[in-house]
Amino acid sequence: MDNKIYDLIIIGTGPAGLTASIYASRYHLNHLVLGSKEGGSLSLAAEVENYPGFKKIAGLDLANKMMEQVEAFGVEILAKETTGIEKKDGVFKVQFDGGKFLQAKTIIIATGTERRKLNVPGETEYLGKGVSYCTTCDGNFFKEKVVAMVGGSNAAALGTYHLSNIVSKIYLIYRKKPLRAEPFWRERIEKESNIEIIYETNVVEILGDEGKVTKIKLDKPYKNNQELTLDGVFIEIGGVPGTQLTIPLGVDLDGSGFIKVSSDMKTNIEGIFAAGDVANATGEFHQIVTATAEGALAANSVYKYLKGGQK
Amino acid sequence: MQLNDQNFEKEVLKSNIPVLVDFWANWCGPCKMAGPVIDQLEKDYAGKIKVGKLDVDENPQISQKYAVMSIPTVIIFKDGKEIKRQVGFPGKEGYIKILEEALKE
Repeated sequence: MDNKIYDLIIIGTGPAGLTASIYASRYHLNHLVLGSKEGGSLSLAAEVENYPGFKKIAGLDLANKMMEQVEAFGVEILAKETTGIEKKDGVFKVQFDGGKFLQAKTIIIATGTERRKLNVPGETEYLGKGVSYCTTCDGNFFKEKVVAMVGGSNAAALGTYHLSNIVSKIYLIYRKKPLRAEPFWRERIEKESNIEIIYETNVVEILGDEGKVTKIKLDKPYKNNQELTLDGVFIEIGGVPGTQLTIPLGVDLDGSGFIKVSSDMKTNIEGIFAAGDVANATGEFHQIVTATAEGALAANSVYKYLKGGQK
Repeated sequence: MQLNDQNFEKEVLKSNIPVLVDFWANWCGPCKMAGPVIDQLEKDYAGKIKVGKLDVDENPQISQKYAVMSIPTVIIFKDGKEIKRQVGFPGKEGYIKILEEALKE
């Protein structure tokens, strides 16, 4: 096993981790990026229109550009899932692939979020049979069909808009009113004649015949009917922070389960920094631009920490 | 190998070893992450399990027949029948798990 000790290991390959790497390269920090979900959540976005410099770009394309920029500095992006992190004598051991590990003086956690589930009957049963968490992946299976989108965020609105160009009809179901998406999105989806918004309503069950989704059940009637007949249900209700790795290290979380960070992206554990959607720096305002900014800040903090010779 | 509506029966259903089929499309981000992993598994399991990719966009018949409505989906076939299904990209370890299970069946 390689006994080398890196200055830094970045865990996560989304915008936060990739930007941290670009800055770490410019600070000449000897580092590596570890993560199997290239581009993170960004790679699932159908289109991005609020990242400066790109009027409109597919999420996957933007993610690829960020990865190219990381690799142009000669940094390796190792496509492995981290299975554990240990701290021993001031050095972090990052484990993957069963027994393998790499060592570093500092860690940036940029593991983002996993998709939140509705936790209603039928959701797991019909996964891949009408239940989906990825509009860009699965939208095309519902050409000229009827679907629902559950959620009220920008991501839900973007997904609804994207799907409205494919399906015959889409219901957007949100538990509150109005949508929490930007006014830009509200206006855009209100213009589409095949989008119907159902406010202050929850989906309580997903029903189907053996093979696939046929209906959803609501917690209150909509147009005198508590069930909607449809072919697919897309779920965009935010993310659950990926903190499984940091909990054993004693990294503090906030009330919603996100990693608590100071304004310079430090956690309560010396040598561990966090950035992007997993961190609580911007509340639940999770944007590509906030993730990249936090990644840059985290790399700067690592640089100052290492230069300070504290360890 | 590349699978399609035409060669599916011969290469998958009539194969004398199990076959892992990766249902994918080029518009799907997670499918692009899964691609290189699937390529590696094709090499690692050569002779034991056949590995093929099927573009759902170009081959709607097979995708519909097996009710694939979410990608990436991987299905392992043995003796012409579906024995394992994985929806979503579970990482290399996730695929190895179902491949090993399939070999024991």
